[in-house]
Amino acid sequence: MKKFTLSAAVAATIAIFAGAASAESNSAVLTIDGQEITLRAAAPDYIDVDEVISGWSFRTAETQALQMDDFDNPGMIFVDQAIDDWNTVDGSEGKSCASCHTGGPEEFAGLRAELPRWDEAQGKVMNMEDYINLSRVEHMGAEPWKWAKPRMDAMVALISLQSRGMPINVAVDGPAADMWEAGRELYYTRVGQLDMACSNCHEDNYGVMIRADHLSQGQINGFPTYRLKNAKLNSTHARFSGCMKNIRAQPFAVGSDEFRALELYVASRGNGLSVEGPSVRN
Amino acid sequence: MADNVKPRVRVPRSAAAGEAFEIKTLISHKMESGQRKDSDGNPIPRSIINHFSCDFNGENVIQAALEGAISTNPYIQFEASIEESGTFTFTWQDDDGSEYTDSKDIAVG
Ligand code: HEC
Ligand code: HEC
Repeated sequence: MKKFTLSAAVAATIAIFAGAASAESNSAVLTIDGQEITLRAAAPDYIDVDEVISGWSFRTAETQALQMDDFDNPGMIFVDQAIDDWNTVDGSEGKSCASCHTGGPEEFAGLRAELPRWDEAQGKVMNMEDYINLSRVEHMGAEPWKWAKPRMDAMVALISLQSRGMPINVAVDGPAADMWEAGRELYYTRVGQLDMACSNCHEDNYGVMIRADHLSQGQINGFPTYRLKNAKLNSTHARFSGCMKNIRAQPFAVGSDEFRALELYVASRGNGLSVEGPSVRN
Repeated sequence: MADNVKPRVRVPRSAAAGEAFEIKTLISHKMESGQRKDSDGNPIPRSIINHFSCDFNGENVIQAALEGAISTNPYIQFEASIEESGTFTFTWQDDDGSEYTDSKDIAVG
């Protein structure tokens, strides 16, 4: 006779918890399905901290756990959706991503680790959204996708995942140097009614509690991040925008030159950490 | 059918007879509660997964009635044990009448 033993737990994916002060995790490595993620690394010499630390280390144990198993990581739902888009024909050329990138998204292993980066052929600094829209517009004859919208964020997640575990290695010199400088300037410029700069929180005060939130270094190696707060993927620019609103500043536009420069600079502050996206944050 | 609904399940490939193992399921679904209003103040109609069930070789293992307060992308985890090889089938029922299914084989031994 068949017998079932059951201990059923119906758990909501969204956990709501009090912001109990949690010590920051000291582990140096996180393993996700056999893949090693570097959580702490020696800081690049151009920034003012000793060590760069993944945002994962600052989250509560419950939030951390969601990222430790791809099944539990709600960001993977969106990766699945992007796989559908990958295979969907769109635009005047009658092509899908798969028609040309025949090796699958795996072809892009390593790409996320270097972005944003100067692209000689395009004559500008490109990030993931730029590459996706370049292909959509130039190669598929399709409408560009809006940045910080579900389809774009999901495709960025799918392509980022191919580089998971690889060290972030963003170039700060060469033709990207001016833009990098501009990004650094923005990072240290106080703005908004609260008159604060990114650095005031993410460089001077990481590790402390701000209201119920444990301040991290504001790294972007884990982007796009699935946030429990809004139950969807969040792009880097959307996150920057949220932080600016929190200090009552008028945020720059998603996709603006300012946020592009900031993205390049902030990405380079994570050199040595691993590509972690799609990560899970609160 | 609601947009972007995709069931996902994880069942081990094999298990020892009579020994409990874990089954995880997750379905992407917006789970519109029916309590919210749109920007014009009109109520947004409820649209949720209202029922989940899992069967093994035709026999019911678990059923769950889901209500409006359950989050997007409902995640259901439970344990089961079996005495013989077979197939788990999973079924989710949507308010709009759609039914989503998935199945996984498992061997005893
Ligand atoms: C008609 C062929 C074609 C299609 C369809 C196409 N691409 Fe591309 N893609 C290219 C080519 C060619 C390049 C190289 C850069 C260039 O010359 O524009 C490229 C480059 C890229 C890159 C940058 C790769 C790198 O290592 O620099 C990404 C990312 C990318 N495509 C993503 C996509 C996605 C996502 C889709 C579907 C939405 C897509 N592509 C559809 C032809 C295509
Ligand atoms: C008043 C303090 C404050 C300021 C100023 C601030 N942030 Fe944040 N930021 C936070 C808090 C709180 C969080 C959520 C907890 C965490 O990860 O630190 C956060 C999160 C982030 C994250 C997500 C980190 C992760 O691991 O997912 C990024 C990226 C970020 N901020 C970038 C910035 C940038 C860029 C600026 C400047 C435009 C900025 N922040 C300004 C408080 C601040």
